[in-house]
Amino acid sequence: MATLFAKEIWRFLKVWIQTILAPVVNVLLYLLVFISVISDKVEIFKGFSYAEFLIPGLIIMAVLQNAFANSCSSLFQAKQNGSIIFMLLAPLSGMEFYTAFVAACIMRGICVGIVVWIVSCLFLFLPVHNFFIILCFAVLGSGILGALGIIASIWADKWDHISAFQNFVILPLSFLSGVFFSIRSLPSFWSSISIYNPFFYLIDGFRYGFLGVSETSLWLSIVISSIFFVFVSTICIIMLCSGYKLRI
Amino acid sequence: MCVEELIFFKIFFTMIDSVEILNIYKSFEKLRALTNINFSIKQNTYFGLIGPNGAGKSTLINIMAGLAYANKGTIKIMGNDVRSKWRKARHCLGVVPQELVYDSFFTVREMLRLQSGYFGYGSENYPWVDELIETLDLSEKADVNLQRLSGGMKRRVLIAQALVHKPEVVVLDEPTAGVDVKLRQVLWEFTKQLHQKGHTILLTTHYLEEAENLCQQVAILDKGKVIAIDSTKSLINQYPYRFLTVKTDKNSSDIPESIRKLMISFQNNRMTLKLYNKKDKIGDVLETLTSAGIHIIDLKTSEPSLEDVFMNLTQSKKKHD
Repeated sequence: MATLFAKEIWRFLKVWIQTILAPVVNVLLYLLVFISVISDKVEIFKGFSYAEFLIPGLIIMAVLQNAFANSCSSLFQAKQNGSIIFMLLAPLSGMEFYTAFVAACIMRGICVGIVVWIVSCLFLFLPVHNFFIILCFAVLGSGILGALGIIASIWADKWDHISAFQNFVILPLSFLSGVFFSIRSLPSFWSSISIYNPFFYLIDGFRYGFLGVSETSLWLSIVISSIFFVFVSTICIIMLCSGYKLRI
Repeated sequence: MCVEELIFFKIFFTMIDSVEILNIYKSFEKLRALTNINFSIKQNTYFGLIGPNGAGKSTLINIMAGLAYANKGTIKIMGNDVRSKWRKARHCLGVVPQELVYDSFFTVREMLRLQSGYFGYGSENYPWVDELIETLDLSEKADVNLQRLSGGMKRRVLIAQALVHKPEVVVLDEPTAGVDVKLRQVLWEFTKQLHQKGHTILLTTHYLEEAENLCQQVAILDKGKVIAIDSTKSLINQYPYRFLTVKTDKNSSDIPESIRKLMISFQNNRMTLKLYNKKDKIGDVLETLTSAGIHIIDLKTSEPSLEDVFMNLTQSKKKHD
């Protein structure tokens, strides 16, 4: 299991431009556009600028998207080119497989998050209210997305399916979760839907770690994020242990 | 542990079959891939599993390796059930897959070390990894990305990957498919060495001549069923024919009818006759030809090959079907 974990880390570090640097550039562009256009016109939390609101959201969004991309691309690529056979022939249980892959996703998510945070200091030094809460939501979020990446890559038969999962599930959940705005500012229909979006609780809790304020209760965010993590992980482990679409 | 116990364990372990296949059934939706497969392979046997395309060879290997699950039946590798004791079973098994698969992120050495790690080995196994690299003539390419290797080199890496954890049983699924003659010889020599070192080898191949030369025992699989299993010699001896090639000074039309019935080919005045061991005597054939005024220029007899046995068995089964 330790080797599989090390291999996954090694794999994304070998292509660090694509896996670490590219997401940072992505976030930088968001920052440039949003902060320069609307920073002084919007105040979501009293006493905090829009940049202070936006940056934690962008950091956790990068964490989530990269955690998903890590397990998804690695496993699906291995499935497509057949090299998954080396992992399937090894004496690794479904649980070990899950742990190694999800732990690697958490590492990638945190690496990207740290680099984005450092780069965002070019624009603004964020306050840190509680570092443990920041870490807790980063781990929970990247764990959830890592497990979702495994599920997507096992389920998918072609790259088109992966793209569909990313564009029709992950992207809407990320964008309708209060990264760029308060969900209360949405039309009432979308606002009430966003309440059921687990990504909202991840982002809201993560932002609380920096600013000390949030749209909903911190404990509710922790509980809902943890329940979602357990739910997604259970599905993922069942798929891996049963050999669904992996062992015919 | 006392001497008696040591002797007991030695006897016990040498008694265990390397591979034990019991009552295996496997279907893919409506297609029945394997039906009631039963056989075992003794330790340190070079075993051949042959059959036409779609016979079920790869499916059987996949079930052995845990890449597929049987609908019914059990397979044990060194006494370990591949389902209930899968961890031990996988430790005892090394599989060289048919397809040239590789992870494009790593070099040869990195990949072999990772594969060794999957089986729980650390740096203590690196000397063995290096030995494999050297033995399989991969030293020059050890630090080259797998993507940049030729097909033959990738095949060698696959063999090394199957051996990193020193398995007792090595499965080679069509290892020479698409491999040039030179590399094929190298690979066979290497598998012979493995066999001499005590490994059990299970080989599937389309090159029946190779199976005949290498394998001590052969199972012939056709349409998901074992239609013959025996030592290679016994299988060939069971074949009721042999061949006689005679070069004459006459055309096909001048050959007596009784001889023409035995003829399987005639080219450039050279005819090949298929003689039934119990009925057709070479002396009688030659006498008939001489009596018909046919001058015999040259003659050669040959024994059947595994390919003849294979063709005979698979074709006679088709007739029965």
